[in-house]
Amino acid sequence: MASNPNLIAGATGDWEVVMGLEIHAQIASQSKLFSGASTEFGALPNSQVSLVDAAMPGMLPVINAYCVEQAVRTGLGLKAQVNNYSVFDRKNYFYPDLPQGYQISQFLQPIVGEGAIEIDLPDGAVKTIGVERLHLEQDAGKSLHDQHPSQSFVDLNRSGMALMEIVSHPDMRSAAEAQAYVKKIRAILRYLGTCDGNMEQGSLRADVNVSVRRPGDALGTRCEIKNVNSIRFIGQAIEYEARRQIDLIEDGGVVQQQTRLFDPKNGETRAMRSKEEAHDYRYFPDPDLLPLEFDQAYVDAIAKDLPELPDDKKARFISDYNLSPYDASVLVSEAENAAFFEAAAEGQDAKAVANMVIGSVFAGLNKAGLAIAESPVTPKQVGQLVGLISDDTVSNSIAKEVFEMMFDEGPDQGKDAAVIVEEKGLKQVTDMGAIEAAVDAVIAANPDKVTQAQERPKMAGWFVGQVMQATGGKANPQAVNKLVMAKLGLDS
Amino acid sequence: MSKLTDLNLAQARDGLVSKAFSAVELTQAHIERVEASDKLNAYVLKTPEKAMQMAKASDAKIASGTHGPLEGLPIGVKDLFCTQGVRTTASSKILGDFIPPYESTVTQNLWTDGAVLLGKLNNDEFAMGSSNETSCFGPVNNPYQGANGENLVPGGSSGGSSAAVAARLGVAATATDTGGSIRQPAAFTGTVGLKPTYGRCSRWGVVAFASSLDQAGPITQTVRDAAIMLGSMASFDSRDTTSVARDVPNYEAALTGNIKGLRVGIPKEYRVDTMPAEIEALWQQGMDWLKQAGAEIVDVSLPHTKYALPAYYIIAPAEASSNLARYDGVRYGVRQEGVDIDDMYANSRAAGFGDEVKRRVMVGTYALSAGYYDAYYVKALQVRRLIAEDFNRAYEKCDVLLTPTTPSAAFAVGKEVEDPLEMYLNDVFTVTVNLAGLPGLSVPAGLDAHGLPLGLQLIGKAFDEEQLLRVGEVLETAAGFTTRPNEWWSA
Repeated sequence: MASNPNLIAGATGDWEVVMGLEIHAQIASQSKLFSGASTEFGALPNSQVSLVDAAMPGMLPVINAYCVEQAVRTGLGLKAQVNNYSVFDRKNYFYPDLPQGYQISQFLQPIVGEGAIEIDLPDGAVKTIGVERLHLEQDAGKSLHDQHPSQSFVDLNRSGMALMEIVSHPDMRSAAEAQAYVKKIRAILRYLGTCDGNMEQGSLRADVNVSVRRPGDALGTRCEIKNVNSIRFIGQAIEYEARRQIDLIEDGGVVQQQTRLFDPKNGETRAMRSKEEAHDYRYFPDPDLLPLEFDQAYVDAIAKDLPELPDDKKARFISDYNLSPYDASVLVSEAENAAFFEAAAEGQDAKAVANMVIGSVFAGLNKAGLAIAESPVTPKQVGQLVGLISDDTVSNSIAKEVFEMMFDEGPDQGKDAAVIVEEKGLKQVTDMGAIEAAVDAVIAANPDKVTQAQERPKMAGWFVGQVMQATGGKANPQAVNKLVMAKLGLDS
Repeated sequence: MSKLTDLNLAQARDGLVSKAFSAVELTQAHIERVEASDKLNAYVLKTPEKAMQMAKASDAKIASGTHGPLEGLPIGVKDLFCTQGVRTTASSKILGDFIPPYESTVTQNLWTDGAVLLGKLNNDEFAMGSSNETSCFGPVNNPYQGANGENLVPGGSSGGSSAAVAARLGVAATATDTGGSIRQPAAFTGTVGLKPTYGRCSRWGVVAFASSLDQAGPITQTVRDAAIMLGSMASFDSRDTTSVARDVPNYEAALTGNIKGLRVGIPKEYRVDTMPAEIEALWQQGMDWLKQAGAEIVDVSLPHTKYALPAYYIIAPAEASSNLARYDGVRYGVRQEGVDIDDMYANSRAAGFGDEVKRRVMVGTYALSAGYYDAYYVKALQVRRLIAEDFNRAYEKCDVLLTPTTPSAAFAVGKEVEDPLEMYLNDVFTVTVNLAGLPGLSVPAGLDAHGLPLGLQLIGKAFDEEQLLRVGEVLETAAGFTTRPNEWWSA
């Protein structure tokens, strides 16, 4: 039987880790879910708080229609059931950053039901992860515990912001799968424009439910790791938590259902509260709000406006551009990357463009810490450069150099590839006479090497290198190779 | 001419428009009367300077012919309505000296139409009570006293409103009704109380007790006054999702006096065993009056009535337990420090809430708790639906229902305050109306053996306040209730 690479070896045998995720995605909306207050990030504390957000006496929530539309868009993007009738409930608990004393959420009847997404695994495989539901809810404010020696401060700017909570089924079996899932959800949200997916600013965060079991056994007791805010941390938190639970069970212990926190400083999770301490949230339908109802025409109109989503784009890149599934999935992971590629590939060899985008463009941006929108080299310039390779004007290695020159010069002084090649005299030498003369010269100057090469044909590469050096890298490498082999009598 | 404070709202309005007297004169007369009314404890905050300013502005508008429908009419406002720049407490210590930076939609409508604010009126704490004894400002005394001169309750929770109108401390008052809080106090004080259809008046800016039941309405001297007040208080408000987008009709124009052929339903389930004979007799009298006016009396059945009170005392406290969570000492109102945040919450809420509020918060919290939710809250919602269906079925056979408003006349201060269950029975004829979201009107119809006012209740179809008021005026005319309390408080 083939061994399952996802299994974790323990002292007493193999273990399987099972994960389900709850992703909180802040809706990219100008105003809050139930009030007109602004949602802009980074404002002064408590400067974006309406009377409703502060829960003043007699204030009432009014649903933000734009947020409802974004939830429906997202539901459609997740290929999920959109519920034309849903209900807002109150989730009751006391906390200083929760002014109403309850969070308005959706409990029994969410706006979006069952759906599924496909995740791309590092080995190129594709796996389907079930989405149980998506519901709308308010965010809480923020408690600041480090501003005063004995008191906590409260910032209500975030209070009442619109969140979509996307709950998965416990379908993930490794940290890599969980990470791929979050990346995929984030990509879909960004394609749709319903959430900016910015994990550093907290507009996307995940609660990770982790349990372990013997392969084939029923699900084990889970622990929920709250509010993990980077994809790397999600991986670390899962690895740590799975190992903690395995060690605990193997030492004769029992996993307690708990809420835990991940501490990125030491890479550990620690207990926040146990099941016994868990709140009784006393959910009940919010009597201030009517059930949320819309007709199918409303959903259909939103569906008609949906952009091409990552999976469809990937399939199209594979079929239209003949890309490998891996290259296609890399390019579609961000809508902006895919758009850059498509603009560059226009009228060019798409595979060669994909190679240059994934290789040179991404590497250059990564090194310079730039976003794709800030690329000093435009998609058109990338396409033109690939065109110069295709028509044998330059070699691949010269093209790389040219790209770096274009990249370093920046967008303002940026010259097109053809200009640089012309100015720097980097045009590939395709004049066979000139190449032959160079080959002859190298052979004539190195009679000992000729003998060696004739005994060990691999040595021919040395001659190719010498010729390329002598021509300043401009000779067509294939032509040089062919001539060297012929002149050394190594071609058969 | 009689005293300006003897006028009802419609008379005062007509006098102002015909310039028989000024708004300043009318307001001044009421301010003086309010000043001399402290023994009633109806007002928890008097705003004479503001009232005079508003009255002067009204006189200018009347002079220039730009006056609104309520121009220059001095009224009292239940302290549950948030009033911008004017302390609002819901008669609870927990709000401290809270001064809202905003105006409730209902009161804004009144000011826009020209009404003048005399002050804020006492009520049961957070509108929880049927006697106005749970107020942190102490009980309100009914302008009517007992046979032996003992103080009686004015009903609740709008006890300040009912007492103020009965004692002529304003031409009208705003009130709110969650389970009977407008109609029961009106019945106890010989005044008219109208609870509109749920969604007719905006709840925005009204301190919430039970959101799915709360509805604002007027307490007035006459049915006509109630019609005029409702015309101003009612509106669609985009800030209250549960308010309903319907035009506000001219309610006063609906008072035609003609109810020929109207079918008046008598629900047999309201004939409770403990009902005093005099209330039974008054009910019969009411039927006779309406019959004489050309209406037809039909027997109807509201079979789930007996479950209404238990269902109400699950739903209302459940919503209240959540609505009152915001009074936590963090942002406004009373804060009692503690060793940590939980301790601060507990101390603040223990100090800020009175016993009845605590009792209902605990009942509501319990009813919503895991393991009890289905047995209590879900069940109560089912009962609520059945009660609404009862009414729908009854309205296939009749146009309006006639019942007593309360099972008794006003009782002595202190008599029921120690027995919450006894107190809750006051709402037995009124809660069904809130559960079904229907409009209800209490009209003063007679006196009991001790000379205390008794009311009859009319229940209408949803959003048919016009018909309800029309029947109410016929009943009012037939009853000819003119009794006034002895003014013991001004002595």
